[in-house]
Amino acid sequence: MTLRDIINKLLRRQPASASTARERLQLVLAHDRSDLSTELLDQMRREILDVVAKYVEIDMEEGAVSLETEDRMTALVANLPIKRTLNGQIKLIEPPNQANENSQEADKTIQSS
Amino acid sequence: MGTDTRVILICSGKGGVGKTTLTANLGISLARQGLSTAVLDADFGLRNLDLLLGLENRIVYTAQEVLEEECRLDQALVKHKQESNLSLLPAGNPRMLDWLKPDDMKRIVGMLSEQFNYVLIDCPAGVEDGFKNAVAASKEAIVVTNPEVSAVRDADRVIGLLNTNEIKPVQLVLNRVRPKMMASQEMLSINDVTDILALPLLGLVLEDEQVIVSTNRGEPLTLNSVNSPAAKCYLNIAKRLQGEDIPLIDPSKETNGFGAKFRRLMQTKIF
Repeated sequence: MTLRDIINKLLRRQPASASTARERLQLVLAHDRSDLSTELLDQMRREILDVVAKYVEIDMEEGAVSLETEDRMTALVANLPIKRTLNGQIKLIEPPNQANENSQEADKTIQSS
Repeated sequence: MGTDTRVILICSGKGGVGKTTLTANLGISLARQGLSTAVLDADFGLRNLDLLLGLENRIVYTAQEVLEEECRLDQALVKHKQESNLSLLPAGNPRMLDWLKPDDMKRIVGMLSEQFNYVLIDCPAGVEDGFKNAVAASKEAIVVTNPEVSAVRDADRVIGLLNTNEIKPVQLVLNRVRPKMMASQEMLSINDVTDILALPLLGLVLEDEQVIVSTNRGEPLTLNSVNSPAAKCYLNIAKRLQGEDIPLIDPSKETNGFGAKFRRLMQTKIF
């Protein structure tokens, strides 16, 4: 963050347009490079959330699946916050019949090129 | 010459970002360094390189007649009036649109490679047939873009296609840089563009009104205007192509006085 950004924030002015351009470009290029439509990405996001929600209790509101690009590599990044109980343990969902296993993962990252 | 010839595609995806102007000026600059250079206008539908070089009235034959053996290559090549190391070859006639195939382009570039140090191919805009033809004949590429969202997006598309076609190296020229707008962060910065496109920067070209004056006259800036900011940039790019280590211009140093100092202060990264 630059001095100008801070002043703009304090004065509640719009941020300088270069940062808007950068963000918009990064988003549109991630999609251009992957050929994934927004609908498909959204469907994938819902399915990934559903699968994870079968095993651990996650915050459905906070969960985000997005495409990120860096150095011409595109990564599918899923950030799924897991709810914890009061004593700090991860809330597991009891499968109907079998005993459940422990999962320690806080977030999952799936790499694709 | 022959196998040592550098065949460089100058492309951008989007039209109007300065491909043809760069081709003309690089051609002149390289010729000035004593290198025999051919510029090939691969955009036969809408050809303009002849106009920027002031050679529009001297074209008799095109690559098309050479391939059909209606004339010899040296009859189709148009030598530049002041810079005899530079020759122009138009690919074809605007009236004949469909004849050119990737193999034709390869053949004509092969012929040019036998007698020139450099072959610069001015690529048509877009990513369709004209682009595919030009890519087929090229070894390396320069992608031209402007610090604008649409130009960068199209450049990214073209870079992807160049990678698929195993063109190497691919270098970037950032054209129409406005230091004042970059300083006030109302234009994508050099780093923004190079980070997004992940290409080595061959050079940047400062926005310069004299470019328009030079196209009006049909005399590329590098031919005589020593004081033009853009001409200096083009010359530097030509020297870097030849392996000279010329430092990049720092756009923030191009603006002076209190206003510039204040803008630089505002740009200081706090966190």
